[in-house]
Amino acid sequence: MSPAERNITIIKPKTGWQIIDWKELKEYRDMFFFLVWRDIKARYAQSVLGVGWAIIQPVFSMIVFTIVFGNLAKIDSDGAPYAIFSFTALVPWTFFAGSLTASSNSLNDMISKIYFPRVVLPVATVLSKGVDFCISLIVLFGLLIWFQVVPTFWIVLLPVLIIILMVTAIGFGLWLSAMSVQYRDIRYGLNFGVQLLMYAAPVVYPASLIPEQYRLYYALNPMVGVIEGFRSSILGTNPMPWDLIIIGTVSSCIILLSGALYFKRREKFFADVI
Amino acid sequence: MSINAIVAENISKRYRIGLKEQMYDSLAGALVSWIKYPLSNYNRLRKLSKFDENGHAEDIIWALKDISFEVPEGEVLGIIGRNGAGKSTLLKILSRITDPTTGVIKIKNKISSLLEVGTGFHPELTGRENIYLNGTIIGMSKKEIDKKFDAIVDFSGVEKFIDTPIKRYSTGMKVRLAFAVAAHIEPEILIIDEVLAVGDIEFQKKCLGKMESVAKQGRTVLFVSHNMDTVLSLCNRTILLEDGKILLDGDTKSVIQEYREKFVSVQKHINIRDRTDREGSGIIKAVDFKILNGQGNPVKFLESGEDYIFDLQYENYSNQKLNNVAVSIDLYDERNVRVLLFRTSFTNSNIVLHENKGFVRCIVKDLPLANGHYTFSIYIIRAEVEVLDWIKDAYSIYVSGGDYFGTGNQGIPENCKILHRADWMTS
Repeated sequence: MSPAERNITIIKPKTGWQIIDWKELKEYRDMFFFLVWRDIKARYAQSVLGVGWAIIQPVFSMIVFTIVFGNLAKIDSDGAPYAIFSFTALVPWTFFAGSLTASSNSLNDMISKIYFPRVVLPVATVLSKGVDFCISLIVLFGLLIWFQVVPTFWIVLLPVLIIILMVTAIGFGLWLSAMSVQYRDIRYGLNFGVQLLMYAAPVVYPASLIPEQYRLYYALNPMVGVIEGFRSSILGTNPMPWDLIIIGTVSSCIILLSGALYFKRREKFFADVI
Repeated sequence: MSINAIVAENISKRYRIGLKEQMYDSLAGALVSWIKYPLSNYNRLRKLSKFDENGHAEDIIWALKDISFEVPEGEVLGIIGRNGAGKSTLLKILSRITDPTTGVIKIKNKISSLLEVGTGFHPELTGRENIYLNGTIIGMSKKEIDKKFDAIVDFSGVEKFIDTPIKRYSTGMKVRLAFAVAAHIEPEILIIDEVLAVGDIEFQKKCLGKMESVAKQGRTVLFVSHNMDTVLSLCNRTILLEDGKILLDGDTKSVIQEYREKFVSVQKHINIRDRTDREGSGIIKAVDFKILNGQGNPVKFLESGEDYIFDLQYENYSNQKLNNVAVSIDLYDERNVRVLLFRTSFTNSNIVLHENKGFVRCIVKDLPLANGHYTFSIYIIRAEVEVLDWIKDAYSIYVSGGDYFGTGNQGIPENCKILHRADWMTS
């Protein structure tokens, strides 16, 4: 290709399944950065507690769960104090749940006003939730000191688990945002759907309660591997659940890849149907 | 290598306007429909993006049909047309907001479009943050914005509030800030919708001035507008869209004339005989008004510097001749300012109206009006006291082109209303 030809943009009806245009995404990286910034800043503007809300939500869930599931229902917590057992799960789970709800709302009418790679919107929304995640992670380490729990050696694996978590959240975010443009039900249903989904992951109970023969199917939910991995590496309640993590990694990659393809395939209709 | 900045071939765009609500005439019917509701809704929503060839065709519209054109580099192309002609759809396709259903467009170099200003503005962010956010959304890099930041703030005139959340801004300030960002992008190809020129009159002028300067910098510009005079002064070539097709593509002046003859003037010929919103005693009634050219033929638009006859037909119900009648034809511009007045009493040429009916003709030589749209009111009064008939907005017509100054230069832009020749001296 000659240099002149390289600058030519061709607009035509898009067909088939197309993979992401990385070169174009690079051009829009500044926009991506400011969108993340906008989401973070706007979320806590004009509130007294501000970023404190990122702490309150998982902390209060932890308190309620400890009372209801830990003390009243006496659910097994693999030997760790129930409070920290549930909080370790709530840190990734709150991020995941928040990402789903926010990204399903992320495609707004901006897409009918101007062109930019649409995929920027849901991904920026998920990443902006990362700030809350980091804050609650700090709170988690504060709690570890409080409960005098020493993390295991496997804490070095935490970044890998966080990457799996991000991949899962972005993958679901792509699916849900692309679907909710045309079907508003996604947005309405997701609010309580996310609450129900929490019971499909080992947030209030340990994965060890799941009967052995269902364990591998259970692991198809990538959040199972992530949450149990968090617990094993930080609390050391169980040996690292490699089976759960590996199955979860594969399924999270499938979710991301299929989500990206579905998003790409649907995006040409966004401006027409929104 | 071609010298065309844009080549569009056979562009069509089909929309489903569906989502028709069904009506039920009985409670039972409505109940059944409620139960079936999710299913039928799903089908309706799904259909929004599906077009099977043998499906129902009645809710499909072709917003564009087989549009082909080329834009050479550096050309300023005007796009005009009535509402619903497909202008917005064409702009959306060119700016890649939506894909064409068929056809291919090849665009050389970077294209930016300004269909709306302030995209992505968030009320909680400060003016400064919004400049960066909006700037990157419309295609600038952070570095570029850093460089132009002062110029943007200066253009917007909101320096004092630049670190205040824009929710505290007035609407006007927000709009000015938004336009200021938009005014500073520098793509090789620019698509502008003229409705962008917003705000108070002074700022509007600033916006239009900016658009003009962009257009004159030798960049390729696609300019969509309802204001024929701006198109006339900016664009050499103009495309007229109608019903999703290109009706005309050529030299701006001839396209605009055709457009006016076809769409503008026809609807304005109101039958004033039947008008009831008139004042006066009613013993005289203006029943027809038209404008004839020097050869006595009716015209559909006026040209500066030409000779015209304003022809007013009246009916007299007083059964007698009326003496000392003053007739006044007042011309108002778009802002409803009376710019020109033809009145018999100015020249002591008050007239006598015949019994039954007759006509009054006002012969205007060398029309001194600049381009624009003018509205006429007709005022007939006797002995300066008794109003006989008075119709506001009796007639309206465009002044378009003409060579008032005899220089061969067509079309005075809409900078003024009244033209007059003058001699210039220097020392």
